[in-house]
Amino acid sequence: MTVIGLYHAGSSVLHRVPAGWKLLGMLFAIVAVLAASRPWQLGVAALVVTGGFALARIPLRVAWAQLWPLRWVILFVGVFQVIFSGPERAVMVCGSLLITVAVAALVTLTTRVTEMLDVCQRLLRPLRRFGVDPDRVGLVLALTIRCIPLLVDIVREVSEARKARGTGFSLRSMAGPAVVRALRVADAMGDALIARGVDD
Amino acid sequence: MAEIRFTAVHHRFGDRVVLEDLDLTLSEHRIGIVGANGSGKSTMARMINGLVRPTSGSVTVDGLDTTAKGREVRRRVGFVFTDPDNQIVMPTVAEDVAFSLRRSGLTKPEIAQRTREVLRRFDLDEHADHPTHLLSGGQKQLLAIAAVLITGPDVIVADEPTTLLDLRNARMVNDLLAGMPEQVVLVTHHLHLLERFDRVVVLDSGRVVADGVPDSAVNAYTRLLA
Ligand SMILES: Nc1ncnc2c1ncn2[C@@H]1O[C@H](COP(=O)(O)OP(=O)(O)O)[C@@H](O)[C@H]1O
Ligand SMILES: [Mg+2]
Repeated sequence: MTVIGLYHAGSSVLHRVPAGWKLLGMLFAIVAVLAASRPWQLGVAALVVTGGFALARIPLRVAWAQLWPLRWVILFVGVFQVIFSGPERAVMVCGSLLITVAVAALVTLTTRVTEMLDVCQRLLRPLRRFGVDPDRVGLVLALTIRCIPLLVDIVREVSEARKARGTGFSLRSMAGPAVVRALRVADAMGDALIARGVDD
Repeated sequence: MAEIRFTAVHHRFGDRVVLEDLDLTLSEHRIGIVGANGSGKSTMARMINGLVRPTSGSVTVDGLDTTAKGREVRRRVGFVFTDPDNQIVMPTVAEDVAFSLRRSGLTKPEIAQRTREVLRRFDLDEHADHPTHLLSGGQKQLLAIAAVLITGPDVIVADEPTTLLDLRNARMVNDLLAGMPEQVVLVTHHLHLLERFDRVVVLDSGRVVADGVPDSAVNAYTRLLA
């Protein structure tokens, strides 16, 4: 199983470039893609990004898993654009969407979460005089990322419990137990953070 | 070994009395705590690092009051929870272990070095960059213990660390805890894993009903259940 937006260990140039440069590069690439006005320009961008994936030695399966979740959006936007603005526009819109997501995926796949957080913390440092604690913000971001798989588990468990009891689907029958469980996990995690010295 | 001292400890949650007349000094190397569900084991364990403050009485570790000196106490007392998922706070294995050292004053390369050593000791080095949520239950508990040990605590308190594991992983985690040079306070339902312990305390409805070498304490406990 591959999860979107997770570090894929490696030692390529892309893995070793400091996270700050990668984020800057990503910003630049996204602006460039959005500024493109001809399909051939997007074609070049697509080649460059594909080259990036090859350079980082990301397996095809992992790369594919990053874009696969976009399939319905692409289909919807594509059909919409073909009907209302014509095929060239459809290619441009869907193409830039795919390429921007691929660029973001390439950065996350080659950058550890903590490196990314370090950059955020450095960027937030000037806000310290307004009472922002960059360390705290970094911790909250890390915890958020960590909690995504936990929440997925909770929703899966609740949904299985519902099926096992044979009750029909309803948002209410899911949301109640899921929220209760999520709060219980949050409580336990709070204890664990204290035990691990976060309040120091 | 550290000296963990409960003095006249009473504890209530609302109207419910959870611990009563607790007077104990724990200074053995390996200490087990057993008792039925709801007998107060977790409450007692959590008092050792100040997560629960007694309603009355006091708990000290090497003379440090766990309520007044919580931070200092927690630096000496590492805690391992039942569900490692709640204790792992970082997205990948190495990052989670390194997280424990973020306030240690060590430099990044030093932290990376220490992290590598600890992961090797726990056979987790191949998984250093793996997402933590994809580890097996046994590996997650190993990671949780590694992340606690890396800070060099004097005491490890573990609250049913093997309850969610299959028997093989339970044995592995338990052997690890029992074989550590650090002092260990282990809450468990796996009685057969306590053979090598120095002392076993049996709780029933918030009271100590037996306390001694594993054989006699475990016997007292099984008689209690009969
Ligand atoms: N935070 C809490 N609030 C209210 N009651 C609690 C709380 N934690 C535990 N209890 C109650 O205290 C009693 C002892 O719990 P606990 O120490 O967790 O026992 P054990 O770990 O031996 O199963 C139980 O009856 C439990 O329901
Ligand atoms: Mg308990």
